[in-house]
Amino acid sequence: MRKFYALLSREVRGYFHSPIAYIVLIFFLIVSGIDFYFQVSFMNQRQVQYTVQEAFFNSVFFWFAFVLIFPLITMRLFAEEFKLGTIEPLTTVPVRDWQVVLAKFFGALVFYVVLWIPTLLYFAIFLKVTNEPAAHSAGAYFGSYLMLLLLGMFYLSIGCLTSVLTRNQIIAAVISFCAITLLFFLGLVQFILLDVSSETRDLLGYFSAIEHMGTFSRGVIDTRPIVLYVSMTIVMLVLTHQAFQSRKWRA
Amino acid sequence: MIKVENLTKRYAGQTAIRDLNFEVSRGEIMGFLGPNGAGKTTTMRILASFMPPTSGRATIAGFDVFEQSLQARAHLGYMPENVPLYSDMRVTEYLRYRAALKGVQHRRITERVGDVKELCGLKSVENKLIGALSKGYRQRVGLADALLAEPDLLILDEPTIGLDPNQIRQVRELIKNLGEQHTILLSTHILPEVEMTCSRVIIIHKGRIEACDTPDNLLGKIRQAGGVVVEAKVGTDNGADELKKISGVREVITDGEDDWKKFSLRVESGIDVREEVFRLATERRWTLRELTQRRATLEDVFVEITHADPV
Repeated sequence: MRKFYALLSREVRGYFHSPIAYIVLIFFLIVSGIDFYFQVSFMNQRQVQYTVQEAFFNSVFFWFAFVLIFPLITMRLFAEEFKLGTIEPLTTVPVRDWQVVLAKFFGALVFYVVLWIPTLLYFAIFLKVTNEPAAHSAGAYFGSYLMLLLLGMFYLSIGCLTSVLTRNQIIAAVISFCAITLLFFLGLVQFILLDVSSETRDLLGYFSAIEHMGTFSRGVIDTRPIVLYVSMTIVMLVLTHQAFQSRKWRA
Repeated sequence: MIKVENLTKRYAGQTAIRDLNFEVSRGEIMGFLGPNGAGKTTTMRILASFMPPTSGRATIAGFDVFEQSLQARAHLGYMPENVPLYSDMRVTEYLRYRAALKGVQHRRITERVGDVKELCGLKSVENKLIGALSKGYRQRVGLADALLAEPDLLILDEPTIGLDPNQIRQVRELIKNLGEQHTILLSTHILPEVEMTCSRVIIIHKGRIEACDTPDNLLGKIRQAGGVVVEAKVGTDNGADELKKISGVREVITDGEDDWKKFSLRVESGIDVREEVFRLATERRWTLRELTQRRATLEDVFVEITHADPV
């Protein structure tokens, strides 16, 4: 456990030692800030059926920024170590491969969570200024952030897998971006293919991040997406571990 | 400490090492010599469990480096070639991190990190970013890292490459001192270093072990087992013909155009012909200016073994 903790703290520190972390943080704050501002000013102009908090987590802005950040967070995880050769000292100490994989995954997750913390301020400021809560209940906040965490875990684990497959960070980023975008649009196919059966539509809807976020941000906690994202994350991490170990049997 | 049996490693289409067999016992300092691309790094990487062998077996302290890799690694301090390090960490921070990874007990980390910094002369740069260090200091950080967990076995891949002569001398002293408690396998290009520090030497060429012995025995084995250089004014004599008659002299090579001739004598090993040469010179009334025994160096051994085929 101590070794895992050492690995994890190295990963987290690695983020904050690199300029990419700050670029991602700033980019993300700008986009989510604009998102929040637009939603509020839009709602000032007309009557709508949803809350500020719902609008914030379901806008185009939000999703645009959302799918972009994962490749940026995860591309360096393994690729950089392969490139710099630091994988050699890392894998020749008595540390298990799964400890390395989990440390990298959770390191990325910590950074991802840090990324979201400032958005809590938006809602606090909104409450302070307008004396109106941004959501209709505390459960809605909880649901939104829970869905963020679930989606984040899944997409970060995809990023881990692509990073372990190459020593080139750009390639890792491009592959994970493509994979995440494809998965994301899989959920939209049901709106494009109108002549499919309702079963197919339901099945596709099961993978729809947008739909899940819609449900959760209303404060409705559905266990099906939880099972989906947690299990998919585990699958991705197992694959990452296998790929990482492949250096041992690929001879 | 190390036992290697029939170790073979093939990369796509080429064989890096084939059928290596050797043993390193506890307390030995084993030198690993060979030209670039001979398979030194490959062998060391397999021993450090960084890559698997294609066939064959290697054990460290009785643990198979592949099957029981974790236990094998726990006995090992490994310094990879070119010393890859995280350039965004500071020296102390890095060493503490590595100590934790190697399972050094928490309360001993500060002590161990302090010790290795002292030993490797890193005190003055302890708070610097590794990325800002010179090659020599990076090398020392790598060495300090290898020593952190007080391993039984040190595997050092070219520990002195890129160091200046003073630093090389320091590292050599360090390795010699370490050899009192640790078993060491080190690879290098710098031959005098091996002669001075190693108790045994393996010469590897094109993936095969060409020689494995103590430096002294190796010197004794090679054809040019030393020789004698004679510089003399021989007058009307030919010189070479007379010298050849001395027993033990195998070959004489003559140099020099003018009065002074220089003869290089190849001599059978273990025979000192200098006395005979002097007697011959006085007999024939030669004027002798130089009479030196040339000791063969490991460099001769190395060149002879690895230069067998033209490049």
